[in-house]
Amino acid sequence: MLAKRIIPCLDVMNGRTVKGIHFENLRDSGDPVELAIRYSEQGADELVFLDIAATNEKRKTWRQLVYNIARHIHIPFTVGGGISEIRDVEALLNAGADKVSVNTSIFRNPQLIETLARQFGSQCIVAAIDTKPFDNSWYVHLNGGRVQTQTRALDWAREVSERGAGEILLTSMAGDGTRNGFSIDITQAIATSVPIPVIASGGAGTMEHFAEVFEQGRADAALAASVFHDGDIHLRDLKTYLKSRQIPIR
Amino acid sequence: MITIINYGMGNLGSVQNMLKRIGMPSVITSDIREIEKAEKVLLPGVGSFDAAVRRIDELGLRQVLYYKAIEQKVPFLGICLGMQLLTRNSEEGPGNGLGYIPAATVKFEFKEQTHLKIPHMGWNFVRTNQQSQITEGFTDDYRFYFVHSYKVVCDHPEHVVLRTDYGGWFDSAVQKDNIYGAQFHPEKSHRYGMHLLKNFSKI
Repeated sequence: MLAKRIIPCLDVMNGRTVKGIHFENLRDSGDPVELAIRYSEQGADELVFLDIAATNEKRKTWRQLVYNIARHIHIPFTVGGGISEIRDVEALLNAGADKVSVNTSIFRNPQLIETLARQFGSQCIVAAIDTKPFDNSWYVHLNGGRVQTQTRALDWAREVSERGAGEILLTSMAGDGTRNGFSIDITQAIATSVPIPVIASGGAGTMEHFAEVFEQGRADAALAASVFHDGDIHLRDLKTYLKSRQIPIR
Repeated sequence: MITIINYGMGNLGSVQNMLKRIGMPSVITSDIREIEKAEKVLLPGVGSFDAAVRRIDELGLRQVLYYKAIEQKVPFLGICLGMQLLTRNSEEGPGNGLGYIPAATVKFEFKEQTHLKIPHMGWNFVRTNQQSQITEGFTDDYRFYFVHSYKVVCDHPEHVVLRTDYGGWFDSAVQKDNIYGAQFHPEKSHRYGMHLLKNFSKI
């Protein structure tokens, strides 16, 4: 039985881990390499690192950081932020990343998914979708949530999967940083409509929330940041709890 | 010293990092003369079977790999796509595999109602089918990180070391004489993966 994955996420800005609410009011949560080692030792199944202030001049320091992370952890990790072409992906994979997360660039140029999947294999292309509800429908948002589009999240999820993405990282911006629980309805709608794994993100506050998103939301993996960074939920306790709920966990 | 074959497919740094962590020196190379001297060969790989076979032939590595694996019989480990390359062929493309293990690589197929996703991605259990030096000391709670859309089917059960359940049991580690294969990624499977690589380094 394949285990449901628990994935701590590290939002990185200028070499530090940060976290905000609804993508705003960022506060410092520590050194990303130290946190990565700690989570890896505590049983994280994977890690995600997002460069939330990706700019061209900072690319080099970001790659150096990815390299430092790769040297120290021995679990899969995904890197995202500002990736828009083949050579960005190549540089990050060479630095030691296993997968890359792409968001705005594939929405602007959906063909890029095919290009990247052909070049590097679907398994390393994670399509990140940020979404928020409006009039009972969930729409794709871009640029860290600042730009709303007219595309429904479910339609876009189907499209990225058909074009060759290997996984979907679905972030509910309604939930992000609030700790009120994952958005179960949209997670379930997408997880049951696409043939690729879905990582649910946004809203984790309690251990029950994780159980819900696996059981009702049908997510393949759950991602969270602040509950882990702040020490409110310990990975080992979470895994013990989920096992006690009969959810397959490593 | 473990010689990691570089044929342009996948993240070789992470394999080397883990070998370093367990104190095993290694070298990453595509140089035929260097490979000729190898004490142990590790064939990693991420990507498509066909592209991999093409790269191996373009680099002229097929002959030297055969020399090491079949004639010299040095310990030889294929990881993920590297294990699939040990088979005759793959449904992923028309190219010929290395053919060291009597087996074929086929696509995962499920009955429609199972809702299982492809690729098989994430941490899964393994169960022992045959004892092998490479899995010595493994217990039933061991889990490994998998990412693959194709699976290996051995002709003979005696070559199947580990099996894993994903919509049915498939061969997740194989061995024939000095040749070993692991479908999962030991280099991404934390302490379980370290255990397997330690076993390999002791052979």
